[in-house]
Amino acid sequence: MKYVDEFREPELISKAGEEIRRLADRTRHYRIMEVCGGHTHAIYRFGLKDLLPSNVELIHGPGCPVCVLPMGRIDDGLSVTANPDSIFAAFGDMMRVPGTHGSPLEYKARGMDVRIVYSPSDALKLARMNPEKQVMFFAIGFETTAPSTALTILRAKLEGIRNFSVFCNHVTIIPAIRAILDSPDMRLDGFVGPGHVSTVIGCRPYEWIAQDERKPVVVSGFEPLDILQSIVMLLRQLRRGEAKVENQYKRVVPWDGNRAALRAMAEVFELRPYFEWRGLGFISQSALKIRPAYAEWDAEQRFAVPGVRVTDPKAAQCGEVLKGVLKPSQCKLFGRECTPETPIGALMVSSEGSCAAHYNYQHHKPVTIANAVAL
Amino acid sequence: MAISANKIKFREPQIEMAHGAGGIASRRLVEGLFAPLLFGAASGPLGDAAHIQLNGTRIAVTTDSFVVKPLRFPGGSIGELAINGTVNDLAVSGARAEAMVVTFVLEAGLPTDVLEAEVRAMALAAEQADVRIAGGDTKVVEHGKADNMYITTTGIGRVIPGVSVRPDSVRPGDHILLSGPIGDHGVTILLARGELDMEAEIQSDTRSVFPLVESLVESAGTGVRWMRDPTRGGVATSLNELARDCGLAIALFEQTIPVRDPVRGACELLGLDPLHIANEGQFLAVVAPEQAGRALEALRSTPGGAEARIIGEVREQPPACVFVTTSYGGARLVDMLVGDPLPRIC
Repeated sequence: MKYVDEFREPELISKAGEEIRRLADRTRHYRIMEVCGGHTHAIYRFGLKDLLPSNVELIHGPGCPVCVLPMGRIDDGLSVTANPDSIFAAFGDMMRVPGTHGSPLEYKARGMDVRIVYSPSDALKLARMNPEKQVMFFAIGFETTAPSTALTILRAKLEGIRNFSVFCNHVTIIPAIRAILDSPDMRLDGFVGPGHVSTVIGCRPYEWIAQDERKPVVVSGFEPLDILQSIVMLLRQLRRGEAKVENQYKRVVPWDGNRAALRAMAEVFELRPYFEWRGLGFISQSALKIRPAYAEWDAEQRFAVPGVRVTDPKAAQCGEVLKGVLKPSQCKLFGRECTPETPIGALMVSSEGSCAAHYNYQHHKPVTIANAVAL
Repeated sequence: MAISANKIKFREPQIEMAHGAGGIASRRLVEGLFAPLLFGAASGPLGDAAHIQLNGTRIAVTTDSFVVKPLRFPGGSIGELAINGTVNDLAVSGARAEAMVVTFVLEAGLPTDVLEAEVRAMALAAEQADVRIAGGDTKVVEHGKADNMYITTTGIGRVIPGVSVRPDSVRPGDHILLSGPIGDHGVTILLARGELDMEAEIQSDTRSVFPLVESLVESAGTGVRWMRDPTRGGVATSLNELARDCGLAIALFEQTIPVRDPVRGACELLGLDPLHIANEGQFLAVVAPEQAGRALEALRSTPGGAEARIIGEVREQPPACVFVTTSYGGARLVDMLVGDPLPRIC
């Protein structure tokens, strides 16, 4: 398949693995954070850890929008659509994320009208097709998905569609990276930068990480070869004692981002003074809300939202895992009380959550699998 | 042992959609509630069909309900599925379907021409599979209480002499055969629902797999240890069930698993794993290594079997698990599906 197979070419992948082993200084331990959940998923799915030397460690970052969403937001969103004239629309990613009284999928099984949509414009289509219903799109995601939400709100205004609203949970990546770097128990050598977010924001917003924090950043694609090449680029910088922002994902990411997308976001959204992140706590100016000019399409302004706050179970160590301080398997609940089917923390829900990825692809003692493969 | 003494392990407060999706939740329901109360202590590993002895003849019995939305989709329809699904469940238990009874649950307001089209599809599929429809039952429920129509088919078949497919006969070193490309049916249905703004040149693989099973069994005889049609939950779920039942490891070789480009493309876009997607016209078989080559040849020379492959092998370690190895030396676990496959966006 075009644009996929080239980046999964076994021979090139082996070569990239060799290059990583050659570049990695054996006397050093490297801790590299992949910011984006899509990378976490790909690393597990393609078994890329098996190709890295033991002193090159990948730490899973906070870039999984489902994982960082506090449970109270899910409760709020579901409560708005509790009345029978409502349709709750969200990406498939959200469907199994537990609220206090169940996930959207469980609400659906109990009779609530819950729809999986593939894009916000599909939710708007639902509103057009069901004029007697109130359709609420539960918006999640970083800058990757925020522009399409913005464009959909602009379209709803243009067409005068009044039975459509957005419950906005869009967050921004840079404050999360800053929170991680500010965390005292965190020691990182560099970042595999998020690819899809960067298609929108470009590479410039990461420059402070290189300049002020002296950590290299390589914006990366999502295929095995992309990720390995990004690690090669990071190791080269570290070897030379450099810290700069590089773009491995040039085929998709323009250095200055996507101006049209950024314009749409700026038109519709403004920064919230602060927003709660699951596991990371309140981070100032880290999330987007809908501007007053578009209040009519803002579910939070149009409907009574209870503003629920739910604290995570004490035993769950989502925050530590999210910050990369603990590995998923080091959490007390991992694989016991907390599994993809009965998730306690959100990291176990999304297949991009580091716990779910770790559970789905590796929980049976990775060493034994590696041995079995070698047999 | 009195049935009441059997331990009910199913403690979930209510039935969720996931309990019907064919994955791990379905298994918990069946093994935790149905099996202990209904099958008593006699229940062994749960196969696609039950085998019973009648006057010295081994008979296979199975039943399946069909609830699919939309009723018609590229490559097939609910009526055809209802026949082929049951024919296939019998086939992978080593039996040729002989007769079937059919139950219709119809929703008031269903247009007659829609029903007629499905009944015609059933008649054609039954004729092609050479199975007799021996009887049936009809119920009508109020409008809004069913998705147009549900069909249940119950089939009996004669077990092919000499065939014994059991997970406990599977041995390390055995080969895993797959009859053809995976994911066609599930992706077709996903796209046919029209909820995703995607189109692809793809159609359901629904068909009877009996001719393929027959030629496999003829060529490999008792070397065929186990068979399963990977419907809901896909290849991953079927093989995980096998791994748990036999306590061995299933190693799959990623590059040998046939997946058509449109299915791969849709799965890449939607964040789904083809190994979790439903099939309606494929089957998996575990075959002893000595017979595997011949079995593959036989499958490939049977019409509809040209794309059959050996996709993996049984190993001793690690116990009761399925994993995939990539061509560049990576490995990952393949777990059962939890609930329905959901498209992933961000």
